[in-house]
Amino acid sequence: MEAYFDNAATTAVYPEVRDLMVKLMTEDYGNPSSLHMKGVDAEKYIKNAASQIAKEIKCQEKELVFTSGGTESNNLAIIGGAMAKRRAGKHIITTNIEHASVSATMDFLSKEGYDITYIGVDSTGHVKLDELKCALREDTILVSVMYVNNEIGTIQPIADIAAIIKSYNDKILFHVDAVQAFGKLRFSVKKLGVDMLSMSGHKIHGPKGSGALYIKDKTLVRPIIYGGGQQKEMRSGTENVPAIAGMGLATELIYKEHEKKIEYINMLKDRFISGVTKYEDVFDNSGEAPHIASISFVGIRSEVMLHALEDKGIYVSAGSACSSNKPHISNVLKAIDMPDDRLESTLRFSFIETNTVEQVDYAIEVIGELLPFLRRYIRK
Amino acid sequence: MNYKMFLIKYAEIGTKGKNRYVFEEVMCKRMRARLKPLGQFEVRREYGRIFVEAFSDYDYEEVMQVLGTVFGIVGICPVCVVENVDYDSISKAVVEYVGGEYKNKDFTFKVQTRRNNKAFPKSSMDMNCDLGADLLAAYPEMKVDVHKPEVMIDVEIRNVVYIYSKIIPGPGGLPVGTNGKGMTLLSGGIDSPVAAYMIAKRGVEIEAVYFHAPPYTSERAKQKVVDLARLVSQYAGVIKLNIINFTDVQLAIYDNCPHDELTIIMKRIMYRMAQELAIKNDCQCIITGESIGQVSSQTTQSLYVIDQAADKLPVFRPCIGLDKQEIIDISEKIGTYETSILPYEDCCTTFVAKHPVTKPKLSDIEESEKALEGKIEELYNKAMDTIEVIYCR
Repeated sequence: MEAYFDNAATTAVYPEVRDLMVKLMTEDYGNPSSLHMKGVDAEKYIKNAASQIAKEIKCQEKELVFTSGGTESNNLAIIGGAMAKRRAGKHIITTNIEHASVSATMDFLSKEGYDITYIGVDSTGHVKLDELKCALREDTILVSVMYVNNEIGTIQPIADIAAIIKSYNDKILFHVDAVQAFGKLRFSVKKLGVDMLSMSGHKIHGPKGSGALYIKDKTLVRPIIYGGGQQKEMRSGTENVPAIAGMGLATELIYKEHEKKIEYINMLKDRFISGVTKYEDVFDNSGEAPHIASISFVGIRSEVMLHALEDKGIYVSAGSACSSNKPHISNVLKAIDMPDDRLESTLRFSFIETNTVEQVDYAIEVIGELLPFLRRYIRK
Repeated sequence: MNYKMFLIKYAEIGTKGKNRYVFEEVMCKRMRARLKPLGQFEVRREYGRIFVEAFSDYDYEEVMQVLGTVFGIVGICPVCVVENVDYDSISKAVVEYVGGEYKNKDFTFKVQTRRNNKAFPKSSMDMNCDLGADLLAAYPEMKVDVHKPEVMIDVEIRNVVYIYSKIIPGPGGLPVGTNGKGMTLLSGGIDSPVAAYMIAKRGVEIEAVYFHAPPYTSERAKQKVVDLARLVSQYAGVIKLNIINFTDVQLAIYDNCPHDELTIIMKRIMYRMAQELAIKNDCQCIITGESIGQVSSQTTQSLYVIDQAADKLPVFRPCIGLDKQEIIDISEKIGTYETSILPYEDCCTTFVAKHPVTKPKLSDIEESEKALEGKIEELYNKAMDTIEVIYCR
């Protein structure tokens, strides 16, 4: 049996999305900037995609910028926001559990003379709001906090954080990396009270190379890519029409009968967690997100367990997929003060609606068989 | 300036008596193969020299890089070719050549003419004097020094005329394929690709063996070894990479032998497997990247005990006396370093003990290995019967 439980890394594209994209690559392939009909048609697909996304996250179409993915969205929000605000100050606040596309961007800004404060999280992975309150300063210009953590699935209280920031100084920009929340949680950017919010297409059955950034109307952000002035100067470069349209359609599809889907995915996650934690020395570190289970198999290095599962057709991640080409102890797991014996032995299982109960039960059974074998052979 | 021709200099193979023809031909073949994707080239031997002539446009840097990977070449001289064989044309070409090649003309020089075409009216001595005089007239800053010139300007008169003065150093060594074949234990680290390179440089064809231990080592670790073999193959030619699934053997050692001797016993079995494979595939030696004292299994005591396992073939360890930094320097030069440092676990480190033996005794190890008797043979044979082969080029 094959069981792909690495859906927080990437997902299969919906067949409807694939078909639409093929059409846009072979028939309606015009450049949206062209003045003729083919150009106008292409532009319509972009408008349509914007409306599909705007409808789900409750914003205006003009508040969306399409990018090449979550990483670019985060870069644009943070660098673009910091540049636009640099006369007001150079202080930025973020957390110590962010994705590399945020933390590495912060490192860059730090070298450029910005002052970055990292706030910590408690043992469940939630941002310490008191620390945030203390960190806010007169010269704070930007706060960036992720919505759902990609490694353990903690959901941050974004609305509360927004309230804290805005009551201190409503000119401070608040950016949210929502890559793991988009399509998994239903939210309204207005109700959350955020200024910018990053999304990715390929985590929700859209194509890789697609993403979007919500920028609240009248918020000043400096572009980070220059050229022909597409997307109202915010992001130059011929729009990736197939990817944008694909992401739009994927957004519409994933939010269809959403509550039912999420309930089902959550059920798979709970079933899996209660199944594997019955085994000795297996611990659950998962947060509230419906689709992410973080499990520690004490005594087995995560990479060994990963490859042993792979051999049985079960695909998972050690830490997050993005950091797997640079094996190191995850800073997220360290931030939640995980005991040392679990740090090296934690895997992420992430689910979608096409996963089945049979797959989950199969994985539980396989893990039960692997544990005693793999635990017999360890470094002494 | 794009040269139409290159003169290939080789030193060591010139001394090999009757074998010289074979050595040259192997080297030419290798050059032809490496140059093929870069354009139309003819590699030919004439009057005991090797020339590369270009018949299409090419990228100079690319050609130099490729020729720099052919062992046997000690120097590459870019040659300016003059079609008209008369004194005025030659003189004009030499003056233009020197003008273009050397921006700063404050150097001593000597003209050295060779006259293969005896029909040419001027003697070599006269040519040297006259061309020297023409150069001095054109560039008064230049000075003649016939004993120790800084620049030697070679002029060869044949049915066309060749002018050259610069020698770009080649990799040296002997052409691969002129000195038998060796089985390299390739681990994915920094040392073993360097060892393969160093032995290939002496003309030895390279075959390799990698011990794969899933799930303890990953597909990416295996891919890394394939990538390393490909990089070495730039120098060594196609490398046949044998991948042995070592997991079951490794676990059997774990189950039956003292833990602090695990690495030594494991390496002894690897040596046995490599030797068996080497003999089967017509290799005359085993090649490893070991360097004295680098890790516990590379103390002289450990090396002695491990070495005893390969009782039929010599084990060549070209890195044995090099410091880590010296090995790194070579790996950077040959372009394997970046790949070698990718952090994937190899099977030698999977179960490595916290305190492995550093001064093993052969008798103790042999005693410990007795526990494997009757348990490992089947696993050993299965591993040897299920070898995966990848040709890396």
